Amino acid sequence: MLRIEKVYKTFNPGTINEKKALNGIDLVLKEGDFVTVIGGNGAGKSTILNMIAGVYPVDSGKIVIDSADVTKLPEHKRAKYLGRVFQDPMTGTAADMNIEENLAIAARRGKNRFLGWGITGKEKQVYQKRLEALDLGLEARMTAKVGLLSGGQRQALTLLMASLEKPKVLLLDEHTAALDPRTAKKVLDLTEEIVEKNHLTTMMITHNMKDAIRLGNRLIMMHEGRIIYDVAGEEKKSLKVSDLLSKFGEASGGEFSNDRMMLS
Amino acid sequence: MEALINALPGSAAQGLIWGILAIGVYITFKVLDYADLTVDGSLATGGAVAVMCIINGANPYVAIAAAFAAGMLAGFVTGLFHTVFGIPPILSGILTQLGLYSVNMRILGKANQAVSVDQYALTVSLRYIKEACITTGICCIIIILILYWFFGTELGASIRATGCNQNMARAQGINTNVQKVLGLVLSNGLVGISGALYAQYQGSADVNMGRGAIVIGLASVIIGEVAFGKIFHNFALRMFAAVLGAIIYFIVIAVVLQLGLSTNDLKLFSALIVALFLALPHLKGSYFAKAGSRGGKKDA
Repeated sequence: MLRIEKVYKTFNPGTINEKKALNGIDLVLKEGDFVTVIGGNGAGKSTILNMIAGVYPVDSGKIVIDSADVTKLPEHKRAKYLGRVFQDPMTGTAADMNIEENLAIAARRGKNRFLGWGITGKEKQVYQKRLEALDLGLEARMTAKVGLLSGGQRQALTLLMASLEKPKVLLLDEHTAALDPRTAKKVLDLTEEIVEKNHLTTMMITHNMKDAIRLGNRLIMMHEGRIIYDVAGEEKKSLKVSDLLSKFGEASGGEFSNDRMMLS
Repeated sequence: MEALINALPGSAAQGLIWGILAIGVYITFKVLDYADLTVDGSLATGGAVAVMCIINGANPYVAIAAAFAAGMLAGFVTGLFHTVFGIPPILSGILTQLGLYSVNMRILGKANQAVSVDQYALTVSLRYIKEACITTGICCIIIILILYWFFGTELGASIRATGCNQNMARAQGINTNVQKVLGLVLSNGLVGISGALYAQYQGSADVNMGRGAIVIGLASVIIGEVAFGKIFHNFALRMFAAVLGAIIYFIVIAVVLQLGLSTNDLKLFSALIVALFLALPHLKGSYFAKAGSRGGKKDA
């Protein structure tokens, strides 16, 4: 479903701020894979998601989604393959537009937009049902501006928007990191439910190692722009946080103590 | 006092004509979140094109359509400067505006070209103020209705989403560059219409007629918002508020002129009015935070 071949990316090359963000990433996701991604700060987790989404071009390498080579496609053209939820709850929705308008825009992802109605009465009924399923009471506030919602509500809505048109790959970039623990749990439960129900191929970055182990069928650990650990199936299920920490310690050596805070 | 009351219909007519420009500014400044300074040039372009069309025997309505097209072209150039060449929004507008001065001189052939209501069948003229008010008023209503429909379509919603959150728009498959160009084209087209009507109203097109137009446009949008923002929530009414803002602006100008302000000081006065209205809500701490975005962050 997703194939990443030898992707390299360096930011600010040739300057004092040069940063090798990705150092030859190879990764293949099968349909229905739910991969959790962990790693310290600057490991390249967000960069790889942004590369898949086309936020910046790759330096070299190839990205294939559902047998279409998207390496050269701009962000908005790749959108038809991808559902995305961001770390900042502000990023995924249009604050000045209301809930149903946001959903209508998401429903047209990957389609041509001309002078047809931006939203139809029939759509509104569909959205009402989908919002009811979130169980946040949003179905009663469909004409409320999204800017009035809380961070958790906005992330839940963004999740719904990302899955409204079934994406080939769902990209979750630490989408619960900015939420309080209780809301984070709720959004995570919702994520699980939506991924399960729609059978979505998913990549989820998280800083929470317990979540990384508990969720999904596969886990990868990144360090300095490389995938240093890739585990799936039964082996993954039996992982413990201490296993991940020691694995991380092996790879990062002296930096371990610095990054420990970020991982736990 | 009597002089002031006599001046009011003229202010209303001017306000309605500039109200069309205000709607254009509303599209870029509020919907697209783009400070577009092309307006000072495209207003004069609209006026110049319309006057030259009329002088060369075109029907005034055809002339207005030509002004609309010329304004759209100006907006298109600004859009290209910004999206294709990566020039910052304000600078893109300034470049187009500056270049248009020469273009407008070419169109007019000289700095000022008169078009007399005695010789030509003009759509509006300050000789017939009541008729001018009715014509431009109908014009504003038609434009608002069309825009209200347009911003409800898939394309219009894409422009709104782009102005609101570019990251979200791109993630949902919207080509934000195309939407920005579209918004600028539409906005400056309206400014062109406004210029066409204004040139006919005052009986001449002048290369300098657009000087400070953006300030008047912004003043109208902001006055409209401050005065009616609390009661007008519907999108069409918000555009209508910009038109009302323009009318209020010209009434205020008429009042201060009656009070003895020199016409030479008008620009300074306009700039101060705009600065004041921009500053007021900011000082109250609410204006620059887009509705909700600040509150949302706090809750997150």
